[in-house]
Amino acid sequence: MRVAILSWAVFILNTQLFKSQLNKGIVLNNSKTLFQKLWDDHIVVPETADTPAVLYIDLHIIHEVTTPQAFALLQQQGLAVRRPDLTLATMDHSTPTTPVVTFKDLEVVGKAAANQVRQMEKNCADFGIELLGFGSQQRGIVHVIGPELGATQPGKTIVCGDSHTSTHGAFGALAFGIGTTEVGHVLATQCVLQRKPRTFEVNVTGALGNGVTAKDLVLGIIGQVGIDAGTGHVIEYRGEAISALGMDSRMTVCNMSIEAGARAGIVAPDDTTYEYLHGRQRSPSGADWDKALTRWRKLRSDEGAVFDKSVTVAADKLQPMVTFGTNPGMVVGVNEAVPDNTADPSFKKALDYMQIEAGKPMTENAVDVVFIGSCTNSRLSDLQEAADVVKGRTVADGVRMLVVPGSQQIKKDAEAIGLDRIFTEAGAEWREAGCSMCIGMNGDTVGKGQLSVSTSNRNFEGRQGLGARTVLASPMTAAASAIAGKVADPRRYLQD
Amino acid sequence: MEPINIIQSRTVLMPAKDIDTDQIIPARFLTTTTKEGLGDVVFNDLRRDASGNDIDTFVLNQPQSAGCRILVGGNNFGCGSSREHAPWALLDYGFQAVISSEIADIFKSNSLKNGLLPIVIDADTHADLLSNPGVSVTIDLEAQSIAIEDGKTVKFPIDSFARYCLLNGVDQLGYVRQQSAAIDAFEENRTWTP
Ligand code: SF4
Repeated sequence: MRVAILSWAVFILNTQLFKSQLNKGIVLNNSKTLFQKLWDDHIVVPETADTPAVLYIDLHIIHEVTTPQAFALLQQQGLAVRRPDLTLATMDHSTPTTPVVTFKDLEVVGKAAANQVRQMEKNCADFGIELLGFGSQQRGIVHVIGPELGATQPGKTIVCGDSHTSTHGAFGALAFGIGTTEVGHVLATQCVLQRKPRTFEVNVTGALGNGVTAKDLVLGIIGQVGIDAGTGHVIEYRGEAISALGMDSRMTVCNMSIEAGARAGIVAPDDTTYEYLHGRQRSPSGADWDKALTRWRKLRSDEGAVFDKSVTVAADKLQPMVTFGTNPGMVVGVNEAVPDNTADPSFKKALDYMQIEAGKPMTENAVDVVFIGSCTNSRLSDLQEAADVVKGRTVADGVRMLVVPGSQQIKKDAEAIGLDRIFTEAGAEWREAGCSMCIGMNGDTVGKGQLSVSTSNRNFEGRQGLGARTVLASPMTAAASAIAGKVADPRRYLQD
Repeated sequence: MEPINIIQSRTVLMPAKDIDTDQIIPARFLTTTTKEGLGDVVFNDLRRDASGNDIDTFVLNQPQSAGCRILVGGNNFGCGSSREHAPWALLDYGFQAVISSEIADIFKSNSLKNGLLPIVIDADTHADLLSNPGVSVTIDLEAQSIAIEDGKTVKFPIDSFARYCLLNGVDQLGYVRQQSAAIDAFEENRTWTP
């Protein structure tokens, strides 16, 4: 350890010299992207050629799966959590979606998962972090409760040991997923080391048609740009189609930025954002609200700001989208035939795994499971959209439909307007909040070889269970598929 | 962490594109609270069938793969979930470096923090490696080069800070903690508080 500290001292000295040389060469450009504004506002120590920037984190969200090894590191080194007040803790991944009252209820998932949950409770207690655990009405998926509580706000930097942290960018926050080592860094110092990413403008023109949702839009974007187009970039979603979206929908879009390879996706805040946040538990109130508004209104890319790359997507050309392969970029319109790229071995391997034939329409595929949930599509409006399709109809014979609200609060709100009964009367299962079948860590899995139409974000091999075949879709498309027993276009069930 | 400089080994090839971290370590193994023993389940669902028997055709189950320290993967290796269990599992299995024409951001960052070298090379060299199973490769971190046996030597980019840490075997948390005066000052001087 002494050697390590000594070498850091020499290293820091060298980079100081370098910094003073660098400062002489700085050229100022007044037009800034939204990303640049967020970045500049959180620099504790600027980046140099030899060292990454030290970036301050305003909100650190933690869950049971990616933190135990980080807490262990703090324990080994005798370190405290620097800002428990900026740390929001919950449990969502390896938790049952059946009610948990006693420890025994936890073990339905398995001994290891129960142990992980108990470890989380212990770590939070030991380090003085408030945990929104089983007793709390505020428990839910990390990326659902941050916004719901009003903790996610424009202008913040937000991290979580989870790649879908990009969700929070919908509020004009710089939000990205980190690894467990970095979780340890943030717990101990409230900072992360980051190289400045490049910027990627995704401009969405036109308007979405009836039955076409934010999920279809983001699947369409990923299909157009490719699953690695965003690597090294932060996406800013802009344009009339984005401005027209409500907050739930903006979250759906930003959520899947990582599926295009980008660590973060942002939407500039506007009146829709402020209206959503006003009056929420952790939102500023009174005079603080007015001050925050003044600050937030500056959070937009300036006229003439330059992005490292740009793409335009036409919203009106999109229809309900479904994936046919084993990554989210393998996507077609629900009525279209699966393209034939089978000369590419990776493409062929994906189709073989999916048991889906090139050249045939997706609507020919029979469905075994339908999952409505996940941090992509488990908010009240998502559940409402699915319920609109299901209402007065029944789930097809042999299809299992699981509906899992993103938070206990959403569950309560949905029950208050009778959505739970619409689902259960149709033959679907209505559960407690959690990640559930999105990742299948809690025993909610899709069986081997079964085809699942899912509102989650990843159709990777085995993601929903060993040998599970996942088709990603919107809540309406998933609901329509449950009724039809085959992959289905939801527009046939919608009234004009 | 042990300092790293030279890695010399034959390669194992996994040429499929977009090998995601769910394939590297399936989610059901993430209920662990430690980093140990994950090598046992690396690529589990590609390595073993549903009853737990080895699948002979999978590359890691073939005798020539034994003892190989360098994995050459298809483009966009390590995409998907941010789970650091992926580099932990690869390291625990015995890999010291992953080479591809593109490596996903979070996987790359996680690997660098644990001493698994994520090496991005040009498409031609990548194609060369993929057409030469088991070729011996020497990675020189200090020189940022990889030398292919009886072939060319090419340079690779790597973040200078991460390289410094790996060459000296120091962990990055030490560096962040030394900035505590700057962090205090930042918190005091902010015009707004989160
Ligand atoms: S719902 Fe799925 S994608 Fe979202 S945080 Fe949970 S496991 Fe990750």
